[in-house]
Amino acid sequence: MTWLNEPLWSPYLVGAAIGILSWFTLLFSGKSLGCSTSFARSAGMLEGLLRGRKKVLRKPYFQEYKPEVDWQWMLVLGIFIGAGLAVLLSGDFSPALLPDSWQAAFGPGKVLRLAIAMLGGVLVGFGARWADGCTSGHGISGAMQLSTASWVAALAFFAGGIVTAGLLFRILA
Amino acid sequence: MSNRKQLAAGLLFGMIFGFLLHKGGVTRYDVIMAQLLLRDFTVLKIMMSAVLVGTVGVHLLKATGRVSFAPKSGSWGQNGIGGLVFGVGFALLGYCPGTMAGALAHGALDVLLAGLPGMLIGCWLFAVLYPRVRGSLLLRGEFSRTTLPELLGINQWMLVSGLTMAVLLLFIWLEKTGL
Repeated sequence: MTWLNEPLWSPYLVGAAIGILSWFTLLFSGKSLGCSTSFARSAGMLEGLLRGRKKVLRKPYFQEYKPEVDWQWMLVLGIFIGAGLAVLLSGDFSPALLPDSWQAAFGPGKVLRLAIAMLGGVLVGFGARWADGCTSGHGISGAMQLSTASWVAALAFFAGGIVTAGLLFRILA
Repeated sequence: MSNRKQLAAGLLFGMIFGFLLHKGGVTRYDVIMAQLLLRDFTVLKIMMSAVLVGTVGVHLLKATGRVSFAPKSGSWGQNGIGGLVFGVGFALLGYCPGTMAGALAHGALDVLLAGLPGMLIGCWLFAVLYPRVRGSLLLRGEFSRTTLPELLGINQWMLVSGLTMAVLLLFIWLEKTGL
């Protein structure tokens, strides 16, 4: 079973397997792969811990997206565990604050990376909830359902991402 | 299905998804940024393979009555603007929500210390803003049809076939150019 220890599989094989996985999530759970709603629910749970649940549930958003653990929340937890299993099998656990290509372009400064990652995180969370989905919910699940909204969102994700990455690495670096 | 079984199924499906994301390399900042810089097309290959296999499968399952799905409506104000904001963040962070969860597993400390807290703050900020935009900006430029076959006025199997051909041609081109 050495293929299980291989660090990288063919992207076509991985993609096809994710496609098949989405048949089964629909068949058995009646759900599609998606991630970002779970982060919104978690944000609501955290606000509940800090300020009390009553205040959270006064927000219309958290009335629609209840701050609780659901199928998709477990899916996201599963992503962490499943990726962890893959990391163990291929032995590529490598704790690092600076990704290689970041360090090559911007040097060893840790504060800059943390600041940009924080800003990026805020925009990813804000944008995903604004667009009502992320790269998996729109980019994979909605796209395969041939959803108009999802194709527009997925194209916008990559349009915004490609322009920003170009500005960051070609001009600022 | 009981709630507990439903949650267990979610966890199991997630574990498979996370395992695949890591094996595909997309839990890595370098792989995602190489895609956004158009130097390597791993991300697109994975996504479009998933969409291709998924599209054929879920439409067959729907046509034979085994599953049901109905895409939500959307708008330029919601999916276009929100998508662009997401895209900017995607390039700054170098991860999307799902790959972030996977990146934590190989020890991405920038995600643990900044990306994940930032993402939770971003979601919360949108929850605060939501009442102000849900009746206005989110509805601006609503799509007249929720699915592409309806929007384009063509049979869904025609579109599935066309999409399949286009994606296969894209893959052949990517392999020929070595991207």
